Amino acid sequence: MAKNKKSGATKGKGRKPGAIRLDFQKNKAVYFMFLPVVIFYITFHYYPMSGIILAFKDFKPALGIWGSPFTGDFGFEHFIDFFGSSHAARTITNTILISFYQIIFGFPMPIILAIMLNELHNRKFKKVMQTVTYFPHFISTVVVCGMLTEFCLSDGLFNQIGGFFGAEPVSLLSQPKYFRTIYVASGIWQSMGWDSIIYLAAIAGIDTQLYEAASLDGAGRFRKIWHITLPGIKGTIVILFIMAIGKMMSVGSEKILLLYNPSTYQTADVISTYVYRKGLLDQDYSYSTAVNLFNSVINFVLVFLANALSRKLTETSLF
Amino acid sequence: MVNARSKGDRIVDIIIIIVMIFLGVIMLYPMLYELMVSFSEPAELIRHRGLLIWPLGFDTTAYQLVLSNHQILTGYANTLFILVVGLVINITLTCLGAYCLTRVHIYWHRLMTMFVLITMYFSGGLIPMYLTVRGLQMYNTLWSVIIPTAISTYNMIILRSYFSSIPESLVESVFIDGGGHMTVLFKIFIPLSLPAMAVMVLYYGVGHWNSWFNANLYLQDRSKWPLQLVLRNILIEGSNLDLGGAVVADYEMLAKSLKAAMVIVTTVPILVIYPFLQKYFVGGMMIGSLKE
Repeated sequence: MAKNKKSGATKGKGRKPGAIRLDFQKNKAVYFMFLPVVIFYITFHYYPMSGIILAFKDFKPALGIWGSPFTGDFGFEHFIDFFGSSHAARTITNTILISFYQIIFGFPMPIILAIMLNELHNRKFKKVMQTVTYFPHFISTVVVCGMLTEFCLSDGLFNQIGGFFGAEPVSLLSQPKYFRTIYVASGIWQSMGWDSIIYLAAIAGIDTQLYEAASLDGAGRFRKIWHITLPGIKGTIVILFIMAIGKMMSVGSEKILLLYNPSTYQTADVISTYVYRKGLLDQDYSYSTAVNLFNSVINFVLVFLANALSRKLTETSLF
Repeated sequence: MVNARSKGDRIVDIIIIIVMIFLGVIMLYPMLYELMVSFSEPAELIRHRGLLIWPLGFDTTAYQLVLSNHQILTGYANTLFILVVGLVINITLTCLGAYCLTRVHIYWHRLMTMFVLITMYFSGGLIPMYLTVRGLQMYNTLWSVIIPTAISTYNMIILRSYFSSIPESLVESVFIDGGGHMTVLFKIFIPLSLPAMAVMVLYYGVGHWNSWFNANLYLQDRSKWPLQLVLRNILIEGSNLDLGGAVVADYEMLAKSLKAAMVIVTTVPILVIYPFLQKYFVGGMMIGSLKE
């Protein structure tokens, strides 16, 4: 990406005034081919962006988005309402906590898996293990959550296993204290294999001579992992970690909507699910858009900061 | 010295293999469990405690009921329609977009790239999108789950990266022979990018197969629901499968096997194609990570 930008910038310099028309005549076909793509992006990305104005308005269906009046407090009434309600603290805390647990417990997993896979000598076994660990990535969220719902029942699989260890059967998904664990653990199950691919690729890029040289110097397995493998994938780890931090405030709603219920809102309700409930179930369009806008702004700032940090530390960045 | 190290190595090898097998069991067991439940005798299932390592008896009632059920069959039909029509639109638009973005010498190249990339970081959000779809009269039609997701920017960028690796001299040669950009795209780029095209079909295809959220937003009539939404209704919302005329003595008793059979029936297509196409899936991930 960065490369293209550079070449574009140098090409842009020193154009003559008639260049635009000449370029159009010459590359008409390309622009024509791009037209459907432009129409798609305008209709389903840019036009909805203009709908953000709703956040500052009181939506009246009869008046439409543009005709509806602005709210009081210079249009910031919905934001003030949100921060004044108990929902703000709850949803923001839950969002951050879920992300935090995902990073603490979920982030190292694919790295550990990739290193272990790399340590397997039997190629066939390694292949099979890769196929097996990638597999959950392809199971639909509905099926994963459907299975979880069944397993979490008081007579479900998890309680049957817990029974071996003398645990009392409980309906796990109706207890607020278990929600985050279930959410984060199932997330790790779904994605650790798939996420290890990128680390495996990074490990494959390490010069094998380094390992040979280390063996000659008498380095054991763990020393080789510590001094060659880990430093070799450090760049990948750093950039993915920074990006994970950048996504701290965006916990998707799909899986939570499928797993939570009013009895677990206390620990499960995040910003995106609150936006969904307010907007689509309570039909409070403007308020919901306002909460969503607040979230998007924070997300953007975080991603931007993460990107800047990544550029500084690793000289690689997304934009 | 050498001996000692190799002995330690062997112990580590064994530990890793044990951990791996344990992990493999965790990854596979939930699906296997559903498979075993789906074939078990419902009456025995109710009495059973603990894990299953083999189906309890053998009973295909659940499958007979699920595979002849109108809700499931309509769901399947809707999903297939969305999949096929959606894929045609996805692939066409993604190829056009990706090709145009590889034309780095045209004047508006940077603007076009920015125009696309910005949408990865900004979006209108749930409600503006919902109102847009309603405004376009797509609400409660299958188009509402096909058209708004016609292009995934991420996929288009992956394809662009792949296209970019095709030597420019091939493009020039088409122009010399009097061909245009369409010829370049369809006669050179697409035939030379078959692995990447496979990746696109798989990513979009799995996306369509597994998606339920947009359908939940936009499709009101149950007759239009895709399979995943039917599944959610029964597995998660706790609705009963509408068995129509079929006489079932005790729905509660059958419920567990029915749900398991539904899980298997919806996941089987992916289960079957996945091992064969794994290298393409992974290939896409690689192209994606090379975009720097």
